[in-house]
Amino acid sequence: MTRLLIRRLVHVIPLLFGVSILSFFIIALTPGDPLSDLLSNPRISRETIEALRHRLGLDLPIYVRYGRWLIGLLRGDFGLSLQYQVPVSSIISPALVNTLILSLSATLVSLLIGIPLGVIAAVRRGSVIDRMCGFLATVSLSTPRIFLGLLALLLAAKTGWFPIGGQYSSSFDRLTGVEKLMDALRHLVLPALILSLAPLAIYLRQMRGNLLDTMDDDYVRIARAKGLSETAVIVKHALRTALGPVITLFGYSIGNLLSGSALVETIMAWPGIGKMTVEAVFARDIYVLMAAVMIASVMLIAGNLLADLLLGMNDPRIKLEA
Amino acid sequence: MRLREKRKESAFRFKGRRRTSRDWLNPKSKIQNPKSERVRLIILLLGWLCLVATLAEFIAPYLPGTQHRQSINLPPMRVHFFAEDGRLHLRPFVYQVERVAPRGVGAGRRYAENKQQRYPIRFFVQGDSYQLLGLVASSVHLFGTEKQVASRQSPVASEKQLPATSEGATHATIHLLGTDHLGRDVFSRLVYGSRVTLSIALTSLIVSLLLGLIVGGVSGYFGGRVDAVFMRFGELVQSIPAIFLILALRAAFPLEISFGKTLAMLTGIFAFASWPEVARLVRSNVLSVTARDFVLSAKAVGASDAWIMRRHVLPNTLTPAVLQAAIIVPSFILGEAALSFLGVGVQEPQPSWGNMLAAAQDLTVLLNSWWMLTPGVAIFVTVVAFNALGDAIRDALDPRWRGRSQGWG
Repeated sequence: MTRLLIRRLVHVIPLLFGVSILSFFIIALTPGDPLSDLLSNPRISRETIEALRHRLGLDLPIYVRYGRWLIGLLRGDFGLSLQYQVPVSSIISPALVNTLILSLSATLVSLLIGIPLGVIAAVRRGSVIDRMCGFLATVSLSTPRIFLGLLALLLAAKTGWFPIGGQYSSSFDRLTGVEKLMDALRHLVLPALILSLAPLAIYLRQMRGNLLDTMDDDYVRIARAKGLSETAVIVKHALRTALGPVITLFGYSIGNLLSGSALVETIMAWPGIGKMTVEAVFARDIYVLMAAVMIASVMLIAGNLLADLLLGMNDPRIKLEA
Repeated sequence: MRLREKRKESAFRFKGRRRTSRDWLNPKSKIQNPKSERVRLIILLLGWLCLVATLAEFIAPYLPGTQHRQSINLPPMRVHFFAEDGRLHLRPFVYQVERVAPRGVGAGRRYAENKQQRYPIRFFVQGDSYQLLGLVASSVHLFGTEKQVASRQSPVASEKQLPATSEGATHATIHLLGTDHLGRDVFSRLVYGSRVTLSIALTSLIVSLLLGLIVGGVSGYFGGRVDAVFMRFGELVQSIPAIFLILALRAAFPLEISFGKTLAMLTGIFAFASWPEVARLVRSNVLSVTARDFVLSAKAVGASDAWIMRRHVLPNTLTPAVLQAAIIVPSFILGEAALSFLGVGVQEPQPSWGNMLAAAQDLTVLLNSWWMLTPGVAIFVTVVAFNALGDAIRDALDPRWRGRSQGWG
C-alpha cells in the first residue's frame, strides 16, 4: 500500500507541473490586465502605468513570469492580487475555508439522506417510495444549479425563513456566541441543500443498484436460509458489500469539494473560492485565478487518488497498479 | 442478475407471455417495449426542440429585441375559450391587458384584462418582417393576434373604455409568457434563445467529436509515444475541474466581444474542455477494433494504414463514438447557461437561456415576475431529455453501466 502510494505520488508531480504550465499560459493569454483600465483615466499618466506594470512584473516575457511565479509557489507564495494589491494567499485562504464549510456540509447531507433512501428504495423495490426516489434522483440530477439557486432565493425572499444569500447577517458582530452559530447555520442551510441534491441522487442510485445486485448473491441467500431476520441479512451481509462503490464515489466527491459549488456561491453570495474566481475573471486578476485553478486541481487529483486507494482497501480482489 | 430480474418483471407485465427482442423490433407488433417507447418520446421532444430552434423567426411572434413599451413586466397572458358572456369561442383569444395601478417603475405596475376587447389568436399572421435563417425574407408568424373584435354585448361600454386605453392598448399583442423589464416578449426570446443555446451545444459536440476522433484515432492506432503524449495531455486537461478550466479559458478572451465571436469562443472553450473524454472513448474503440482478425489479415496482405483506417477502423468506431459523445451534450447546455448567467457568455441583447435567467437574479424581478424563471424550466426539460437519451444509449451499448454522472451546472 505504501509503495503504491509513493508510486502514485511520483506520477502526480509531473501532472501538477503540467497543469501549472497549461493554466498559466491559458491565463497569461488574457488580453489586458487591471492596469489597462487605468489607461482611460486622464489623470494617470502613461508613464505611471508603465512604472506600475514594471513593478508588478507584467512587462516581462511570459516564461520569466512563469518561472518567478513557480519559484514563489514552491515557497508557498501565490503572488500578488492585482486587484487588491495584497498577497493572493490572504484572499484565498478565507475563501477556501468558506467553500470547504459549504461543500462538506453538503456532502454530509447527501450521504446522510442519500444512502438510507437508497437502501429503502432497494428493499421496497417497485413501491411508491422507490418510484418517488427514482423521480427525485432524475429531477435533482437534471435541474441546473443556477435555477435551483434562483428558486432558493425566491423561497428565502417570499417566506423570510432563510436569509437571502451571504454568509452572516450584517448584525453578526453584535450577536452572542450561540446566536452567532445559529445565524451562520441559517445562512448555510439553503446553499448546502442545493449543493447536496445532485450527489444525493448519485448516492441514492448507486446504493439502490448495488444493494439490488448483492441481494441476489449466494451468501445473502445462505444468510436467509440460516433463518436470519431480513434486517440482519440486509444490514450485516448485503449492506457491507453494497457500500463499497459508494465509498469510491465518496472519494471522487472529495475531488470536487472546491469546484462543485462555484455557481451556487455566486448566486447565494457565499464568499467562497468559486465566487472569488468569477470576480477574478472580471477583474483580470490573473494570480488569483491561477491560485484558484491550481488549488482546485490539486484537490481533484488528490480526490481521485483517494478514491483509488479506498477502492483498493475496500475490495482486496482489485489489484492496484499505478 | 439484474437482467434476469428485468426479464421476470416484463414477463409479469405481459401476463405470462415472454417478450422476445423481436417483438419490439417489429413495427407491427402490438406489444410495445416501454423502454423503446420512452426513447421514441425523447427523440420526438428533442426533434421538436431542434425544429423550434431552426424556425425561431417563424415561431416567435415578435423579434427578440422588439420592445413593447406599453406592457413592461407584463405577466403571461391567459388564453381564453369562453367570453365574458359565457359564449364558447372555438378560436382561442386573449383580452387586451391594461395597466391599472401606479404608473411608476417596473415592479409596481399592475395589469388587468380589459374584458371588452377580445383578440382572437390567429395562425400565420403578418408581423415583424424577418429573414428565416438569414435566407428567406418573410413576415408571416406562426401565431399572433389581429385587429380587435369589439365585444358584442355592449358596444357602448367598449366605446366608453376607449379613452382610458388609448395610450397604447389600441394595438393587439400576445405575450404567452409575459414580458421582461424592457417590454420584450419572453416567449419570443425563449424561442430565439433555444437557437443560441442549442447551436452552441451542437457545434461544441461536433468540434469536440472531430478533435476526439482525430486524437483518439491516431493514439489508438499508432500507439507508442504519440499515444502517450496525447493521452498525458488529455489527462492534464481533465485534471483541472471543468468549471475552473472554463473560467480560465474564458479569461483568455476580452470581456466584451461580438455575438458571432462569442459563439465561436464558447464552442472552442467547451470543445477544448471535453475532447479528452471523446478521445479516450475513441481510443479504446480503436484498440478493440485493431485487435480483430479482419484488421490483422488486412495488415498481413499489405494494406496501408490509411486504407485500414478508412475501411475498417473508422466505420467500426464512428457510430459508438458519436453515440457515446451524445452524453456530454447536457454539460454544454449547462456550461453555456452558467457562463451567460455569470455575464461572461452570450451578452445582451442577444437572448440565451443563461442570460435570460441572469435577469431573474434581481430580487425585485424574482419576487414580482415569476415568468422570468421560465428559461430555467426550458434548460431543465432539455437537460432531462438529453440525459434520458444518454441513459438509453448507455443501456443499449453497455447494459452493465451504472448511473454515474458529472455535471458542470
